[in-house]
Amino acid sequence: MRHEHIETNSGLMILLILAVISIGGLVEIVPLFYINETIEKVEGVRPNTPLELRGRDIYIREGCYLCHSQQIRPFRDEWLRYGHYSLAAESQYDHPFQWGSKRTGPDLARLGGKYSNQWHVQHLKAPRSVVPQSIMPNYPWLLATNLDTSDVADRMRALRATGVPYSLTQAEYDANVKKFGQTVANQLDISQAQDNLLKEARDQNFDGIPGQVTEMEALVAYLQSLGTMVDFTQYNDDAFVKFR
Amino acid sequence: MSDPKQNAQQKPGAVQTTGHAWDGDLQEYSNPLPRWWLWCFYGTVLFSVLYWIYYPSWPVGESWLKGVGTVNYTVTDKKTNQVQEQEYRWNTRSLLAADLTEAANNEQRKAMLAKVKAAGYDQIVKDPKMMEFVRSVGKGLFGDNCAACHGRGGQGVVGMYPNLTDNDWLWGGGMDRIHETLVQGRKGFMPAFGAALKPEQLDDVAEYVLTLSNEAKPGEAADRGKEIFHGPVGGCYYCHGADGKGIPSQGAANLTDKIWAIADVPAQKTLQDKKAVLKTFITNGVNNTRIMPAWKGRLNDDDIKLLAVYVHQLGGAQ
Repeated sequence: MRHEHIETNSGLMILLILAVISIGGLVEIVPLFYINETIEKVEGVRPNTPLELRGRDIYIREGCYLCHSQQIRPFRDEWLRYGHYSLAAESQYDHPFQWGSKRTGPDLARLGGKYSNQWHVQHLKAPRSVVPQSIMPNYPWLLATNLDTSDVADRMRALRATGVPYSLTQAEYDANVKKFGQTVANQLDISQAQDNLLKEARDQNFDGIPGQVTEMEALVAYLQSLGTMVDFTQYNDDAFVKFR
Repeated sequence: MSDPKQNAQQKPGAVQTTGHAWDGDLQEYSNPLPRWWLWCFYGTVLFSVLYWIYYPSWPVGESWLKGVGTVNYTVTDKKTNQVQEQEYRWNTRSLLAADLTEAANNEQRKAMLAKVKAAGYDQIVKDPKMMEFVRSVGKGLFGDNCAACHGRGGQGVVGMYPNLTDNDWLWGGGMDRIHETLVQGRKGFMPAFGAALKPEQLDDVAEYVLTLSNEAKPGEAADRGKEIFHGPVGGCYYCHGADGKGIPSQGAANLTDKIWAIADVPAQKTLQDKKAVLKTFITNGVNNTRIMPAWKGRLNDDDIKLLAVYVHQLGGAQ
């Protein structure tokens, strides 16, 4: 094809430009969907419970991802500060993933279990009361606003459409029992979503206010689940080297 | 776009033009690329091919070209504690493993860590070299993991997180007790007395507790409170001790000093307010709000030992 021909036909030129610039994406992103070793084989990763899921929605609503990342990269300094690097398997049920791209605050990928519920409540309400040098905004309304739990089943149905194994049918439920065990499978059952949410809130009382389910409750439940699903004491430090 | 007819008009030996004339006689030379530049370009092409061969590169089917480059590192097997030599192809994760190996093999660090691991707590405290190591490594560990609650200097937050620099310890300030606290975490608990005691009895107990630290003067109310404190009705002495100094195995606070771990008494101006704050805690108890997370599993055994010594040397050593 003569160069002059391409340069004088803008339609053809646009098509050829699109073809050329899509090569990067095609080569780097598309293979991840079918390469066998993309998702590491680990025990314990499960979709969020209904309460955690609502907490995640609040995390997104408040824009936490704008200042906090959720991906620990395989570098020595991050390994020492945050713990084991993040695995692809750990965000396989995350839609959209919360990896983030900016760390104004610290990474949160392994926040779960690091601090007490009380600390999280106090810190979200008034960050500087526990960390004087913090520049994080206050989020006092989380404690004052009751959580809307009525649509949690719909939210799970939406995620189910993207491939998260929340169960609607008996067959899906049975598959979940096989894959995650009875306890988790019950949490993933969409028909029990609201009951499960209220029960988890009642049993754990993340926000420290008995008998009330606030938005704080959901957010703390979510934060306490981050990075806790894989038990890294079961794996040697190089266990995931060989997936790459 | 070149026009052979135009080129033919050029004198032989002269530099070729692009063959296009603007404004009648304006022409553009068509010089060949400088040879050095051309070779650099071919060089980069060759480099990219070598790069594809050495490093992981193109996707192929359900896999990808893995590259021939390798990385060496050592890893300690968590079950057998054996150190294994490993060689694996180049990737960011094996590179991290090699980086960690190199750090662990830093001779100074390795020697000091081995020394601290082998030494007992009393030996470490007496050795300035070891303490220097503990302070420098411990500072980082403390900042990353403990400072969010206990503050960067270990000063804590009154009413929420214990001060680690003073002499007052809920769960004991000996090195072994601090180590235990780090490993298994702690959960503070005090039963609620709101149902067991009448409001005026709660008042009396609060008054008595304040006399223990000279916040209130002894009197009739305090005497009634004393009876409840030391009697079967309240039974406060089970955990806080007959002398009110607290029992570390229960995580019960010392009530005789002016350090308040849970109720923020110092912030209250009047005796009435101080009593009110205490009454809230006696009425509702403490449950699920005073939790120190367990660090075993999150931190390795060496780090926990270093942290125990670090916290111990912050000032409140027992």
